[in-house]
Amino acid sequence: MIEVVDLWKSFGDNHVLKGINCTVEKGTTFVVLGGSGSGKTVLMKHVIGLLHPDRGQVKVNGVDMSAVTGPELTQARQMFGMVFQGAALFDSMTVFENVAFPLVEKRRHMNADEVRARVVEKLRVVDLGEEVLPRWPAELSGGMRKRVALARALVTDPQVVLYDEPTTGLDPITTDSVDGMIDAAKERLGVTSMVISHDIASAFKVADRLAVLYDGHIAAQGTPEEVRGSDDPFVRKFLSYWFKKQ
Amino acid sequence: MRRFRAAFEDFGELIFFAGEVLAWTFRPPFRLGMVVGQMAAIGVGSVMIVGVTGTFTGMVLALQTYYAMRQLGAEGLVGGSVAIALARELAPVLTALMIVGRSGSAITTELGTMRVTEQIDAMETMAVNPVQYLVVPRVLASFVMFPLLTMLFNVLGYAGGYAMGVGVSGIPPGPFIEHTRTFVEHKDIYSGLVKAFFFGGVVSTITCYRGYRASGGARGVGESTTSAVVMCSIAILVVDYLITLVTVGS
Ligand SMILES: Nc1ncnc2c1ncn2[C@@H]1O[C@H](COP(=O)(O)OP(=O)(O)O)[C@@H](O)[C@H]1O
Ligand SMILES: [Mg+2]
Repeated sequence: MIEVVDLWKSFGDNHVLKGINCTVEKGTTFVVLGGSGSGKTVLMKHVIGLLHPDRGQVKVNGVDMSAVTGPELTQARQMFGMVFQGAALFDSMTVFENVAFPLVEKRRHMNADEVRARVVEKLRVVDLGEEVLPRWPAELSGGMRKRVALARALVTDPQVVLYDEPTTGLDPITTDSVDGMIDAAKERLGVTSMVISHDIASAFKVADRLAVLYDGHIAAQGTPEEVRGSDDPFVRKFLSYWFKKQ
Repeated sequence: MRRFRAAFEDFGELIFFAGEVLAWTFRPPFRLGMVVGQMAAIGVGSVMIVGVTGTFTGMVLALQTYYAMRQLGAEGLVGGSVAIALARELAPVLTALMIVGRSGSAITTELGTMRVTEQIDAMETMAVNPVQYLVVPRVLASFVMFPLLTMLFNVLGYAGGYAMGVGVSGIPPGPFIEHTRTFVEHKDIYSGLVKAFFFGGVVSTITCYRGYRASGGARGVGESTTSAVVMCSIAILVVDYLITLVTVGS
């Protein structure tokens, strides 16, 4: 369960988050929508403790991510997987080494065969075969990098997964399979997910609840139906672009 | 005044960063393989340029001292003078400056790129401490490689000096070597290696710090690298002065 309470964050004069409140129940998928530069990534980095709030609090499964440091923070991070917007694959490592990294570093009891089997299994979920294992991130297309990043985030079967625009730049078929993955993780493993999305179609498909971020505030929050029915002018404008296209 | 304050804060953060590196050095897991990998990277990267610089420095030094000593009719003193100048001063300082240009800038660029493409953030989210994983091996490797490469500079420098003094200027080889033996003490060589050891720590900490704290995309990484090279060069000269003051002064 993720609880964000009155979260404020500025970078110098750039006031990015101005009092964010939201709750993600255990085993549900929460989607954050918003224009680019609205602070979605900043919000997500607070959840995993990469950024610290000027004010407010973020609790994940009871752990105050804004306060823990050192070994406790390392311990708390074990429950997370995160997919970064730009994939953030280690470019000095092959695809195999990238996906195996969390296992090799944190699941030291696993032997080499188990690690390899797990890596192959997770890559298959994102529709990548064994032939990509020895390749370098620089040799992959943007969409493939994204999928490797997804596999890496899920390889330890984390309880909480944060997806920063997991489907941006992917073709519709892969987008569908990523959406399927997010759902499957929820159904099968009870994963709590937070998804940042630009893609309103898939946002409404995977979300149990969603929030629209605008000007440092949450302009609307609730079930997909509630958000669709919101009378906030920005939310209506934001959604109308997409619903008009339908 | 603002800039002065910013520089002061920057220095404070550097010291803090160094403390963090120190703390993570003694916490398991110990990644010995990565230290060896970094030693190889620094060694392979810098051995050529350090070797060439060493040889030419020795040659020029022998030539210059030969002209000076000849006025006094003391050509026999060239060997020892070259060896002392190399061991105490030129080898550690020039080696460090060469490694900064070759391997130090590469460290800042690599870590800086990892920072701005969020690879360091990603590592952190996987519960692996990036200071321990990325910085500690580079710092430990530098502590070892700076003295080793300095020794290489010494050896090739002296060989260059010998070639010049004995081969070209015609100093008899006996006195050249004999004078070196009587004139140069172990502690001259040690003091140079001690300097190199400290340079290794200072240079690796600064270059890692600059990369680790880079921001602002590719341009930011470029600026960090430039600033790391400048900062390292100044730091080497300042630390050299301080160590000389302590060792020679006492
Ligand atoms: N580490 C940082 N330092 C300074 N400014 C930042 C930092 N991270 C994000 N910002 C700023 O915060 C704002 C929101 O960024 P972000 O959360 O990445 O937007 P998005 O909603 O597109 O993910 C932007 O104006 C960005 O420039
Ligand atoms: Mg973003």
